[in-house]
Amino acid sequence: MSEILLRGREITRRWGGLVAVDAVSLELERGGVHAVIGTNGAGKSTLINILSGEIAPSAGQVELLGTDVTAWSQPRRARAGLGRSYQRTTIYPGFSVFENCRLAAQARHPRPWAWWQSAARCEVSSAAARDAAGRAGLGDVLDRSAGLLSHGQKRQLEIAMCLATRPQVLLLDEPLAGMGAEETERMLALLADLKRGHAILLVEHDMDAVFAIAERITVMVNGAVLASDTPAAVRGNELVQAAYLGGHA
Amino acid sequence: MDLAFFLIQTLNSLQYGLLLFLVASGLTLIFGIMGVINLAHGSFYMIGAYMAFALAPIVSGTFGGGFFATLVVGIALAVAFGYLLEWAFFSFLYEREHLQQVLMTYGLILVFEELRSLLVGDDVHGVKAPDWLDGKIPLGDVMTYPVYRIFISAVCLALAAGMYFVFTRTRLGMMIRAGSTNREMVQSLGIDIKFLYRVVFAAGVAIAVLAGMVAAPISSVYPGMGNQVLIVCFVIVVIGGIGSIRGALVAALLIGFVDTFGKVIFPHAAGVLVYVLMAMILLWKPDGLFKAG
Amino acid sequence: MWSGRTLFVAGAFALLAGYPLVAGEYGIDLVTKIMVYAVFALSLELLVGTTGLVCFGQAALFGIGAYAAVRLSPAYEAANLLWLLPASIVAATLYALFMGALSLRTKGVYFIMVTLAFAQMAYYVVHDTPLGGGTDGIYLNVKPALVLAGKPLIDLDRPLVYYAFTWICLALVFAFLAVLLRSRFGRALAGIKANEQRMRATGFSTYPYKLAAFAISGAIAGLAGFLFAVKDGFVNPELLSWHLSGAVLIMIILGGLGHLRGALIGAFAFTLLQEFFKSEAVFGAFSKHWLLGLGLTIIASVALLPRGLVGVPAQWRARLVGRRSGGRS
Repeated sequence: MSEILLRGREITRRWGGLVAVDAVSLELERGGVHAVIGTNGAGKSTLINILSGEIAPSAGQVELLGTDVTAWSQPRRARAGLGRSYQRTTIYPGFSVFENCRLAAQARHPRPWAWWQSAARCEVSSAAARDAAGRAGLGDVLDRSAGLLSHGQKRQLEIAMCLATRPQVLLLDEPLAGMGAEETERMLALLADLKRGHAILLVEHDMDAVFAIAERITVMVNGAVLASDTPAAVRGNELVQAAYLGGHA
Repeated sequence: MDLAFFLIQTLNSLQYGLLLFLVASGLTLIFGIMGVINLAHGSFYMIGAYMAFALAPIVSGTFGGGFFATLVVGIALAVAFGYLLEWAFFSFLYEREHLQQVLMTYGLILVFEELRSLLVGDDVHGVKAPDWLDGKIPLGDVMTYPVYRIFISAVCLALAAGMYFVFTRTRLGMMIRAGSTNREMVQSLGIDIKFLYRVVFAAGVAIAVLAGMVAAPISSVYPGMGNQVLIVCFVIVVIGGIGSIRGALVAALLIGFVDTFGKVIFPHAAGVLVYVLMAMILLWKPDGLFKAG
Repeated sequence: MWSGRTLFVAGAFALLAGYPLVAGEYGIDLVTKIMVYAVFALSLELLVGTTGLVCFGQAALFGIGAYAAVRLSPAYEAANLLWLLPASIVAATLYALFMGALSLRTKGVYFIMVTLAFAQMAYYVVHDTPLGGGTDGIYLNVKPALVLAGKPLIDLDRPLVYYAFTWICLALVFAFLAVLLRSRFGRALAGIKANEQRMRATGFSTYPYKLAAFAISGAIAGLAGFLFAVKDGFVNPELLSWHLSGAVLIMIILGGLGHLRGALIGAFAFTLLQEFFKSEAVFGAFSKHWLLGLGLTIIASVALLPRGLVGVPAQWRARLVGRRSGGRS
């Protein structure tokens, strides 16, 4: 049983009368991908926002590396080792790929008072940036302006910026969104590679990808957990088939 | 402070607040529905006041009309003016960033001020209220209250009721509300969104102009009046919540009271009070008191 | 190493340094004023252009620096520059911290309006209360002097000396900001402007950065206010008016947002435009309505020069390239 890096306990979120997330519990283990699937409106986005710290839960706790971080802001959790990628590409379009990663890495080595030191000469953040960009497959395009990247490359940059902060837990929100077959292959290879050192939460719609890469799958319907099990068990679960997989094998 | 005095100040607060609401409602509508910050909105108020001054002799000379005839002519001109202005200038602002809108409408303020200066001059003028509204009515035994101020409050309330009716009970109102939340959808339903925006804008202008015309007899007509009312209106829109008419009403009345009583109780701090109020409310509710709609 | 940009800035400062040799009294006075506005514009560029915080109340910080310079000076003798200058800067910085701490709770348009309101607060305090000394303004009877070890070193009363003093302040502020913007702190501000959500997701607590930007901006605006007050020896409440806040916004837009030299260019362009429209030589009696020309220019420049004057060379280049490649058939 490997180390549990992120734990969500009975997370609930209400908006007025609507229950967006209903007592969801899950665990992320180091070395594994835990996928969360569900139809639109199932509460996946809200859940990931609560785990990352962007929304506060109405009830429940979030534990990161053993510490209760429910009251922590998102930046604080990020500094503690929680990385997040977004469904809508959230990068710095005007900066180069390198600078995107370097600035992300700077979050762990901020030194804001050293106003006379040039950021470009910061070895710590520069090294982390090159490292992260390389790992995400962007080593060749470091100098290109991020706004000019292809869609797939932008999604790679999303991941690279996560990695630049050397997180232990990765929350990935639909990283495969809008990708063609080849790019999806590449991303899945990257995720398989990343699995080793990290605990990954993967929210995705691409079922083939999910079943290929996840160790654990949680199915959400109307904000609640319908099933949470190994891929094989989930596939065979009749409730899940009826509600979500629509009878596909 | 005795009861009579308190009552007078309360009525004054109400009247001032309602007048502010009239101007602010146009501003919050234009911002809430079209997403345009219009710094020149105060200028419409100023134009209204100067129109009351400049049009009166023309209207009475041409067809012997009085105060109400002047109001009607003024409103008609304002609607036409608003329509043209939207077509010629504001329709280009919808896609631009807020900062650009702020600056372009700031330039517009300067243009309006100077055009007014060229056409009508920079003097301060008084406008006389119509005779039959010029008296005072007794309130209880000891005091009286100007009829005209009650007239202003009545006009503002009538317009507010009218706006409420249009928004909630008519198709036009529905289209406007729909257009503010989902522009593309409304367009795809075959409704001409450009025309809709033009109508809303013209209405906003006309209301502000009317407010200026109606206020002229008590506030007098002077060059800086547009800018003064503008800043207060922005405070109202921000406190009330951008796009919310209800919020504009609540905030306007609040400001009316704070300002009127403030001037009486703390004359030195009166100017600051409104902003202190805004700062306090925004600290409590950074998005204003009410949501749009 | 010496890019076109650096050459431009170096050239501009060199020109400014040499200008007094050919200029008359009026010219020196005007350019001193423009340099003060340039410092003012640089302060706002840090907030708006670098960090993306559209502050519509910068005049309050400028005015507070100016009023502090006058109010803190003794009535009939020269204050020592060594403490008066820092004191004015501190006054403006304190209000900037107050304004920033509260305004930063809001976003977007609300932020713009709240900063305007805080500026109006300061305006009314200066306008209506004894603190301001009256609606007509107050005079600085004796200009401060730089006194070291009991010996007066600089006589700020002489226009040329004041010109040099202002030039030095402008150069120092420009250099400081150039270095600051390259630093980690500066890059963080740029990141906040580019995508604050991503900054927070990577672990930056953005509020302290923004507040610090406010404070630094306030300090620089206060310095500009000090320079303005001491130059003419007179301050009035209009130094805190929102018209001035609007004017300095226009300066940086006109010059070009996101570039330090844009603030320089904008301050020059705006002031010279104002002088142009005000000049009776060109417009005769109509010069009374100079605001009309200014208003139209503002509208035109925002509409036609979206990237400001700084973007003009690129716009021309693009058009030239277009013409060349279109010409070949």
